[in-house]
Amino acid sequence: MKSRRALALALALPVAATAALSACSSSTSGTSSSSAPASTAASSAASTAASSAASSAASSSSLKTGLKVFVIPKQLGQSYFTTADSANSGGAIAALNALGETGTETSGTAATPAAQIPAIQAAIAKGANALIVSATDPTALCPTLNAAMKKGITVVTYDSDAPTCRSMFINQASTAQIGTSEVDVLAKELNDTGQIAIVSAASSATNQNAWIGYMKQELKKFPKMSLAAVVYGNDDATTSTQVTQGLLEQYPNLKGIISPTTVGIAAAAAVLDTPKYRGKVLLTGLGTPDSMKKFVADGTVQEFELWNPADLGYLAAYAAVELASGAITGAAGQTFTAGKLGPFTVGTDNTILLGPPFVFNSANINNFNF
Amino acid sequence: MSSLADRLRAAGRGAARWETGLAIVVLAVIIGGSAASPQFLTGSNVFDMGLSNGEIAIMTLPMTLVVISGEIDLSVASMLGMSSALLGVLWSHGWPMPAIFVAVAALGLAAGALNGLLVTRLRLPSLAVTIGTLALYRGIATILLGPTTVANFPTAYTNLGVNGVPGTNGDVTYSTLIFVVLAIGFGVVLHATPFGRSIYAMGASAEAAQFAGIRVKRIKTVLYMISGLICALAGVLYTFRLNTSVENNGLGLELDVVAIVLLAGVSIFGGKGSMIGVVLAVLVFAGIQNALLLTNFNQEATGIVTGALLLASVFVPNAARWIRHLTRPRTQKA
Repeated sequence: MKSRRALALALALPVAATAALSACSSSTSGTSSSSAPASTAASSAASTAASSAASSAASSSSLKTGLKVFVIPKQLGQSYFTTADSANSGGAIAALNALGETGTETSGTAATPAAQIPAIQAAIAKGANALIVSATDPTALCPTLNAAMKKGITVVTYDSDAPTCRSMFINQASTAQIGTSEVDVLAKELNDTGQIAIVSAASSATNQNAWIGYMKQELKKFPKMSLAAVVYGNDDATTSTQVTQGLLEQYPNLKGIISPTTVGIAAAAAVLDTPKYRGKVLLTGLGTPDSMKKFVADGTVQEFELWNPADLGYLAAYAAVELASGAITGAAGQTFTAGKLGPFTVGTDNTILLGPPFVFNSANINNFNF
Repeated sequence: MSSLADRLRAAGRGAARWETGLAIVVLAVIIGGSAASPQFLTGSNVFDMGLSNGEIAIMTLPMTLVVISGEIDLSVASMLGMSSALLGVLWSHGWPMPAIFVAVAALGLAAGALNGLLVTRLRLPSLAVTIGTLALYRGIATILLGPTTVANFPTAYTNLGVNGVPGTNGDVTYSTLIFVVLAIGFGVVLHATPFGRSIYAMGASAEAAQFAGIRVKRIKTVLYMISGLICALAGVLYTFRLNTSVENNGLGLELDVVAIVLLAGVSIFGGKGSMIGVVLAVLVFAGIQNALLLTNFNQEATGIVTGALLLASVFVPNAARWIRHLTRPRTQKA
């Protein structure tokens, strides 16, 4: 009786484990084989794409095919990066497939350099020809990225820069414009008066700190507004929720919050989505339309900004392939055509801008699905 | 009076079974890894493995002693983070590096001493104490550094994240070398000195050890202080490797350290374990994580592997006892 139950348990556990492992392996074969049939489909699609691309822009016919490109976001599992990177959202891997390259997304599960570096090293070991990286830290990745460039691997950054160890940076919008427009949007909602706070991501993230720098500068234009604190949610939903709640408790006169991270703004919106705070503490920041639809509908958030992350990934992929093929060197003034996005010119500091930030509000949010 | 050889043989007979199993697993990982990817056994991959796992491996050494003595130390990653934070703060204030090393070592010893005192003098359970100091030391790291990042350490030091030890064809990281040296040192202390034997005795029964004249409280405090010092060393290595001192350095690493120590066959209840097992467990852990990274395994799920290994390492020794229980003749059935 007791022993029979124990025996049954001892037999059931390995069976359950095998079932779980086969479920896991089927998802891995799904993710690994998604690049395999894509590359065979891409080789037939590339011939048709190449002919149409060749007719639209002469420079793209000099692009190499069959390159192994690794897209390395800050972390896996963030919907912003999944949209930016994956094939079915028209992101980086879609562009790579269209160009006849093999694209794989890889990274760690925490948005820290310690988690991202092994993924970069593995990509190098697997024979990468190009790396498209959203840097978790401006300098910590440099030994690894510099080693990659010494091996002849093209390194470009997108979304978040590592300024001293990449050939090009694909920026979603002018850093200054993102920072200043965030403050301008909130100031307009608050009638230029009130105490505000910022819920950021990781304290080391290059893009966050750059935007916050411009936010602080822009705040000086509004003497009746003040910055109470900058708190860090580490792009983790639980931590972002906790730091937002902490802000509300510590600053009872808080009137507004800016959260320039899609994870942070979603968490803050959930915290503010109560009768106590809705309309009293206003929220804006950078968010994905899908995660914000509910909060715009019930008035927790009036306006927020973003750009199309899929376009950012798409542009980054084109830039990386152009560089890897030797069609451009990333110097300022060079131009190339990024497929459906049209022509782009490289600006100072080897940076390309995708375009101005887009303001979402109740009037237009339902037109978007990401 | 039994000779050292007899004692080793007796200890070896009991311990050999788990360590032999581990050695087989290491071979399986090597074979499986190289089958999964031709880059697995290359020099640069060994280097990368050493970089990613060096500090974790170093922290498993004092943890082994602490666990064998019957306690646990979950604050190891926070002590790493706190020393990293102190290193960054002092460097940004212009302190000379040798003075910084002394300060960081002193902080590590103090942190370990606090752990030890809370566990031995106030007689609080070490699980609760070190969970508390896990949060406390991480908080101190945050206060020391604030939200800033210090990332301008001299290349003479940060090169340990770029270059290998000279003379090894660039394949052995400094942290691997330090781990090997420390493992030999800790192994000798654990297996061949009276100090080591008293650690086993304490783990088997603290009261019996006390009555046998072993100064349990003092030794446990010393073990915690050693843990603090080694974690401070790990913090320095970690900071230089990433050229970054930030408050969340090392966040979560204590789980990997505990997983490796338990996988090594060190009993969570104390009194059992060996240094060979720890070295083999480090190889298994690093090898599996790296092999999965080199294949296209869904990286979000590598935690499943670490967790499964941990569960297996706790389940399997008890399963042996279970099966013996099942096959016992039913004469004692009530």
